[in-house]
Amino acid sequence: MLSFIAQRVVKGVIVLLAIIVLNFFLIRLAPGDPAVVMAGEAGASDQIFVAQLREKFGLDRPLPEQLLIYVKGIASLDLGFSFRQQAPVAKLIAERLPATLLLTLTAFAISLGLGILFGVLAARFAGTFLDTAITVLALIFYATPLFWIALIAILLFSVWADWLPSFGYETVGAGYTGLRHALDVGAHLVMPAATLGLFFMATYTRMTRASMLEVKRLDFVKTALAKGLRDGIILRRHVLRNALLPVVTLAGVHAGTLVGGAVLTETVFAWPGIGRLMYDALIQRDYNLLLGVFVVSSAMVLIFNLVTDLVYRLVDPRIEYAS
Amino acid sequence: MLKRVLLGVVVGCGLSAAQAEEPKTGGVVNAVIQPEPPGLMLAMVQNGPTQMVSGNIFEGLLRYSPKLEPLPGLAESWTISPDAKVYTFKLKKGVTWHDGKPFTSADVLFSIEMLKQTHARARNNLVMVEKVEAPDDLTVVFTLKEPFGPFIGIFEVGSMPMVPKHLYEGTDYKTNPNNNAPVGTGPFMFKEWQKGSFIRMVKNPNYHEKGKPYLDEVYWQIIPDAAARAVAFETGKVDVLPGGSIENFDVPRVSKLPGACVTGAGWEFFSPLSWMWLNNRNPILANKKVRQAIMYAIDRDFAKDVIWNGLGKVATGPSASTIKFYSDDVPKYPYDPAKAKALLKEAGYKGEKIRMLPLAYGETWQRWGEAVKQNLQDVGMTIETIATDVPGGNQKIMEWDYDIAFTYLYQYGDPALGVSRNYITSAIAKGQLFNNVEGYSNPEVDKLFAEGATAPTDAKRKEAYDKVQKILAEDVPVAWLLELQFPTITKCKVKSLITTGIGVNDGFRDAWLDK
Repeated sequence: MLSFIAQRVVKGVIVLLAIIVLNFFLIRLAPGDPAVVMAGEAGASDQIFVAQLREKFGLDRPLPEQLLIYVKGIASLDLGFSFRQQAPVAKLIAERLPATLLLTLTAFAISLGLGILFGVLAARFAGTFLDTAITVLALIFYATPLFWIALIAILLFSVWADWLPSFGYETVGAGYTGLRHALDVGAHLVMPAATLGLFFMATYTRMTRASMLEVKRLDFVKTALAKGLRDGIILRRHVLRNALLPVVTLAGVHAGTLVGGAVLTETVFAWPGIGRLMYDALIQRDYNLLLGVFVVSSAMVLIFNLVTDLVYRLVDPRIEYAS
Repeated sequence: MLKRVLLGVVVGCGLSAAQAEEPKTGGVVNAVIQPEPPGLMLAMVQNGPTQMVSGNIFEGLLRYSPKLEPLPGLAESWTISPDAKVYTFKLKKGVTWHDGKPFTSADVLFSIEMLKQTHARARNNLVMVEKVEAPDDLTVVFTLKEPFGPFIGIFEVGSMPMVPKHLYEGTDYKTNPNNNAPVGTGPFMFKEWQKGSFIRMVKNPNYHEKGKPYLDEVYWQIIPDAAARAVAFETGKVDVLPGGSIENFDVPRVSKLPGACVTGAGWEFFSPLSWMWLNNRNPILANKKVRQAIMYAIDRDFAKDVIWNGLGKVATGPSASTIKFYSDDVPKYPYDPAKAKALLKEAGYKGEKIRMLPLAYGETWQRWGEAVKQNLQDVGMTIETIATDVPGGNQKIMEWDYDIAFTYLYQYGDPALGVSRNYITSAIAKGQLFNNVEGYSNPEVDKLFAEGATAPTDAKRKEAYDKVQKILAEDVPVAWLLELQFPTITKCKVKSLITTGIGVNDGFRDAWLDK
């Protein structure tokens, strides 16, 4: 198992390097650079101004040299300096990390927990009204654009009912502490987390249901039934456990993207997460910041893929690691 | 000695009913800021949101009335020599920086040197300055190489913010730690910035104008989605939506909400004017008749009434009607598709493809691009829309890789500061934005703009600008669209927010809350 992990780590580093190099050039293919953006925003530009900016950001150097400087920085865990925000990239990402993880992990927990629960229920009562209701609902949440659900939720729960705050991470200026603060953040979290969670919940529901119905038809389930085991035990021990593998795969991929944030949800609810940071960096051609977010989220995807592979073994002991 | 003495008297402000009320002290106001500023050090970052927030932290030597007359700022009075070459400013006594150090003429001298390195617009504005001297702690004397009419108009906070010498001298400006916690002389002090959430300013208890500011705190809320900003106002979570905060089509609805007050004032200094760059290097657009045809083909009243919901004014030429030396006595271009078709025929246009670059500033601009495309197609032009984001668009424009491109620019109150740069031959320079990117060149226009900038009297200046506006309106180097209006929407309980020609950018100095 150790050699399996070592192999995967080495492969992971190579993949990460490839991602960095590819993204480095891809970003620069887009027209406009940070100097153009900042000259545009300043409402005035002359040759000295643009040249100064390019020199300041090192954009006047040959591309391979810029890449080398960047990779060297990454090797020493330095993600570089944000051109536009004039702050270290690592600091900017770290500032957004708590809010991002709070949102994405909550949404992840909601989607995975409820998704599996509804999937199991739909499979258990396949063909009944409950199954149809869950399937249709899942389809609706799967197909409806996130931003639309978000806007309708704001309209319902903020504008009309006035139950929940419509934007932000906390009530600014309220100065809450302790439990009061936690409740305040919780109230702000409800709509974005639910909105983001619904889409993935629908995915997990559909996948769990389909996978369970497939496993239910297999011979060992019939054997268990013939042995006289109770339905609940068969469902839990034999069907669900075997049906979970594709769900774990999906959850692994999903978990890897959590650090990258959720641009749409964060934008509509003004949630100060990494998704927005990344979007702003893209619009502003803030190369280092954008690459920094890519590096961190790519690394997380690689790590969670590895974790997923390890979890397979726990779910299904028959799986062995090829070394 | 005959001197034009412009003493620091408050002129032309015209007290409104709200201002006449007795201001109340205290309270917190929540305003929207969009997009999130990249930094708050005004001497180094000059984008719109930075100016709006930091204009309350930093100050300039002067402020400007809605009629663009100079008002006292950090300078309490000023004189101009008869030959219009020496400007002497008397600084206000007892002004301190937020860290308690006194503000003196040495700070002014330092600021000017720093701005020449870090502030492109200030550098251009100061090009006529021969020397700056500080005979004593409270006097600053600018000597110009030759008279420069708009010089008295370059001292507002965004154009020339004062920087604390004791915190910046001898440091690397880019990495100076004060960039993240700016220290100014303004009515509000920087307190906290939670990136992606809010910026908090608190009252400067030692502000040099006794009794001001009235508010205790101002929070700038960062809400990236336009619809969510409207909801935040609707649900009472924010009190101020500065111009441009919400989509234009949402303005009428939000303006009618109970307790909402709207004003178009506060943009006089900036006077945003929109137009379409017409690349004069393109053989088709090089023909004046084609450019005139485009002016006749565009239904600008429709754009104003439908796309901009009645806000704004149809532009008549290169100057907005709100800036100095505007002239209405120019050739006009009412919507006349038949005339446009005739002109295109005369010009020999045969349906060759023209690339159009809309402005990627959101829904309203996208709709405008579509409407103009329709207008031009209606008169027989073949238009291909090029989709791009803002940096991509800017890159194309500065590399002259476009045929028609939407834009809007600030005019900074005077043709010499914000208009001539778009039409004079010396401002044709590839790789730059906001200059003469259309490539128009007319020696007569160059001469008149130079005369207008350096003429010793306003009458002489007006003469030159009247002529140049006529010539440009006839030549149509670019297709002028609308004088834009970005209404500021506030809760009516927020009083006296807009009192000068630079609007919200220094507005919280006088604002108070009617609790």
